[in-house]
Amino acid sequence: MSALRGLLRKEIVHIRRDPRTLTVLIALPVVQVVLFGYAIRTDVTNVRLAIVDPMPDHATLDLRNRFAAAGVFRIVAVVPRTENLEPLFQTGAAQQAVVFEPDFGDHLENTPSARLQIITDATDPNTGALLDAYASSVIDVWQRELASRDVVSALRRTPRTRVVIVPQTRMRFNPTRESSNLFVPGLMAFVLTIISSLMTAISLTREKETGTMESLLVSPLKPWQIIVGKVAPYLVIGFISVVTILLEALLLFRVPLRGNVLLLLAEGGLFILTSLSLGILVSARTSSQRVAMIGALVGTLLPNVLLSGFIFPVESMPAVLQAFAFVIPGRWFVEIARGIMLKGVGLDYLWQATLILGVTTLLLLAASTRSFKTRLE
Amino acid sequence: MTPEPVSAAASAKTDAIEAKDLTRTFGGFTAVDHITFSVRVGEVFGFLGANGAGKTTAIRMLTGLLTPSGGSARVAGHDVYTESEAIKRNIGYMSQQFSLYEDLTARENIRLYGGIYDLSRAQIRERGDRMLEQLGLSAVGNRPVRDLPLGWRQKLAFSVALLHRPRVVFLDEPTSGVDPITRRQFWESIYETASSGTTVLVTTHYMDEAEYCDRISIMVAGKIAAMGTPADLKHDRGVASIDDLFVQLARPA
Repeated sequence: MSALRGLLRKEIVHIRRDPRTLTVLIALPVVQVVLFGYAIRTDVTNVRLAIVDPMPDHATLDLRNRFAAAGVFRIVAVVPRTENLEPLFQTGAAQQAVVFEPDFGDHLENTPSARLQIITDATDPNTGALLDAYASSVIDVWQRELASRDVVSALRRTPRTRVVIVPQTRMRFNPTRESSNLFVPGLMAFVLTIISSLMTAISLTREKETGTMESLLVSPLKPWQIIVGKVAPYLVIGFISVVTILLEALLLFRVPLRGNVLLLLAEGGLFILTSLSLGILVSARTSSQRVAMIGALVGTLLPNVLLSGFIFPVESMPAVLQAFAFVIPGRWFVEIARGIMLKGVGLDYLWQATLILGVTTLLLLAASTRSFKTRLE
Repeated sequence: MTPEPVSAAASAKTDAIEAKDLTRTFGGFTAVDHITFSVRVGEVFGFLGANGAGKTTAIRMLTGLLTPSGGSARVAGHDVYTESEAIKRNIGYMSQQFSLYEDLTARENIRLYGGIYDLSRAQIRERGDRMLEQLGLSAVGNRPVRDLPLGWRQKLAFSVALLHRPRVVFLDEPTSGVDPITRRQFWESIYETASSGTTVLVTTHYMDEAEYCDRISIMVAGKIAAMGTPADLKHDRGVASIDDLFVQLARPA
C-alpha cells in the first residue's frame, strides 16, 4: 500500500510542479461558468426595438409603453414609415421592430381586427425566434387585458365586437428566460471531460514518452495500482470542479438545485469515472502526448459538447446523430444533472439514464484496463 | 578487462538468468527465435545486436513485461511464466531514457522507487543518503532531476535501479547519447555492481563497450549468432575487434 501512496504523492507533485496546468485545471471551471453565465447567454435582454407608428394614437402609445415596461426591450427609435427601418436593421441599431398600421387605434375600436407587424433580425435564428416570442407575448397580454376591460365597459355601454388583434406569429413563452439553468449541467460535463479524459490521457502518455511507464511496469506494482495512482488525483480534481461549478451556479446565478445534492454529486462521481476510463483508453491507444490530446479532444470532448444536448437539443438532431448521442456519456449526464437540478427528480425517474451511464462506465473501465495490460504485448 | 569474477561466480548453485529456446512471435513475425543462453551470478553479460534484432523483446520477456510464445526462462531462480511477481521484486531495470521523473528531485525519485519496492522509510533515507553521497550529488539532491547534467542523471538512474538491491539488473542501452568519458565512468560503476554479486545484463550498440563485458551474445534476426567472451570470439573468428565480428555476422557474405 505504501507503494500506491508513493505513486499518488508523485502524481500530486507532478501536478503541483506544473503550475500552468494546475492553473488551467482550477481556473477552467470558474472561468467557464462566468463566461457562460455572463457572456454566452442564449436568453435575450436589452432588445433594441424600433417602432413604426405612422399615426400615433392612444392604442399605439399604450402598447408602446407596454413594450418599454416589459423589461426586455429598449426602444431605440420611433419612426413614421417602414422604409425608415432599413438602415436601423442594417447597422444593427435595431434587432426588432413593431410596425403599426395607420389608424391602428381606430381599427381596434371599430373593426373586427387591427393589424401590426413584428419584424425580427433573424441573423441568429434562435435569438430571432426568441425575440419573436417575447414580442408576441407582450401583445398577447395587452390584448387579453383590453378584452377584459371591454367586459367591464360592456356592462355600462352598448355591446361591441370583441377586440381581436392578429399577430402574425405564435406565442411561446419561456417562463424563467434563464439560459444559465440549462448550461450549468452541460458545463459540468464539459469541464469534467477536460479534466478527467484529457488530463488522464496526457499524463499517462507522458509516462510512455519519458520511458518511466516501463519502469513502473517492470516494478512489482500491479496494473491496477499504476492506474489508480495515475488517475486518482484527477478524480479528486474533477470532484472539486463539480463542487466549484455548483457553488458558483447556486450563488452567482441562482440556478435552482431542486433535487438531492448527494445524488447529483454521486452521479458526478460516476461521470468522472466514465471520463477517466475514456482517458485511459485513449492513452492506451496512443504513444505521444500530442496524439493523446487530439484523441481525447475528438473522441471525448467534441462529442460531449456537441452531442450531449449541452448546446444543441438531442431531440432536434437527425436520427443518425441521435443514435450517436445515445452512446455519448455526456448526454446522459446532462440529462441526469438537468433532471436533478431543474426538475428536482430522483433516481425513480433517472434510473434508466444512470443505468446506461453505469453500464457504459463498466464497459469502458474493463476495456481500458484490458488494453492497458496488453498494451506492451 | 576483468574476466576474473566469472570463476568466483560460477560456483553459485543456479545461474542468474537461464533461457532455453525462448521465442516470441508477433503475428507471423518471429522477433525472438529460440534463443538459449545463461548468465552466471555476478557476470556482466552484453546483449548485442542491431536495432530490430530482438534484444528489446528478449529483455521484455525476461523482465516480465511480455509473455513468451514458447521456450522457457528463469530469472533469479524464478520462472517467467508463473513467477513474474517474484522476478519483478528481484530485478532492477534502467531504460535508455533513464526512467527518472524529471520534474521530481533526486530525493523524491529515490523515495518514489524505494516505496514502489516496499523499502521502509528508514531504509530509503539511509540508502538514499549514502547513494547521493557516493555519487557526489548530495548538494543537488533537492533539485529537479531535469536540472542535472545527462551524465549525472544516468548515474542516478542506475543507482535508483539498484536501490532495492536486485539480484539481476537489466540495462537497456544505458549509454546512448552520453559522452565517451561519462560512458567509461559508467562502465566502472557497472563493474563495481557486478563485483558485489549483482548480475548485469546490458544491451548496447557501441561495439567498444562490448569489449568490457565478461561475455557477450550477438543477436541477428532474432537468433543468437555468436556467444562467448570477447577474447574467445575474436580469436575463434579471426577478427581484430568485436566491431568487425559484428559486421561479419550482420552482413553475411
